[in-house]
Amino acid sequence: MTLSAKADAPPPFERVIELHGPGLLRFCAARVGSERAEDCFQETMLSALRGYDRVRDAGAIRSWLYSIAARKAIDIHRARARFPQPVDDPEPLAATHDAPVVEDEIWARVRALPEKQRQAVTLRYLADLSHREIAEVMQTSEPAARRNVFEGLRRLRREAGARASHGSGESPVQGA
Amino acid sequence: MNANGNQDAELDRLERSLRASEELDAASWELVRHNLADRADAAGLVDVAFERHDTPLGTVLIGATNEGLVRVGLPAEGEDAVLTELAKRVSARVLRAPRPALTDARHQLDEYFDRRRREFEVELDWRLTRGFRHAVLVATARIPYGATASYREVATEAGSPNAVRAAGTALANNPLPIVVPCHRVLRSGGELGSYRGGAPAKAQLLELEAAAR
Repeated sequence: MTLSAKADAPPPFERVIELHGPGLLRFCAARVGSERAEDCFQETMLSALRGYDRVRDAGAIRSWLYSIAARKAIDIHRARARFPQPVDDPEPLAATHDAPVVEDEIWARVRALPEKQRQAVTLRYLADLSHREIAEVMQTSEPAARRNVFEGLRRLRREAGARASHGSGESPVQGA
Repeated sequence: MNANGNQDAELDRLERSLRASEELDAASWELVRHNLADRADAAGLVDVAFERHDTPLGTVLIGATNEGLVRVGLPAEGEDAVLTELAKRVSARVLRAPRPALTDARHQLDEYFDRRRREFEVELDWRLTRGFRHAVLVATARIPYGATASYREVATEAGSPNAVRAAGTALANNPLPIVVPCHRVLRSGGELGSYRGGAPAKAQLLELEAAAR
């Protein structure tokens, strides 16, 4: 390891936990439901710790962490699909697991969005990532990230409007 | 126009309610945080474990590697500076995590400040110091409780009677203050001299030891 690599060594991991931990936990809860949130979070942090000595750009730590969390969330969804539990409907809207890590009503609706919009909205509002960081996490362009957030919001609003006028709490079946 | 205005207002409301779900209660976060420390340590992913400990000097930070106690950070040093130094010089995998070695050191610190302990019995990891500085600190560790020595004396003891200034630098950078008692080293005239934790902390430690004699 060279001297210069040491000079911009990443901050103590403790600071990473303090700074990004709560946001990552909420992100996990929004992605996989409160019940599995801690699992997703712990797997994310352990994986980050394993790779932490290879981090060179301290400024990119946040989007790196959320990329890991996004992957772990997908792993958990896959595991759930492979070993479905009897009572547990793998359909995202059914994710009404209680536990108040995130306020569930609105996030259950976010979970029902198409995958890209769901991820973009969650990263934007729950994790407070910039459009550029969202683009890094989703491996897409900044305009695409911005569009996904916007489309997601529009859809949420449209559905809220539809629910209000039909008096139904269920997600309406709507064209994309 | 009006419809657009309504839509904007609705979008605003939506954005607000999305942001509003940000609260996370402190107790459940602390539990998750605690589980993470346990799992990380069990997986061998913690290179420096640290804890905070309240003492009459203020909150002291103590850090340990697998080899032993590596750092005692005094309140005047600032926690951020101490953790950053550990990240740079040992490993960035620095985590607040309980360890038997830390629990042990904390008990011994309590006993020391209660005047029930005169010597520390903990494994030390000396990696933050080397060469002449290390020799000076080893010499310092031999100064008995309640006694003092001069900078020249520890320089001599470390093998270089003329390196008084270098001995001062070694003591000013002691990574293990209190445990390696650099507060017992004074100027030849008996003046306090400087201290990593500030001169008042040095005086406080010397008073504590004098009162116990």
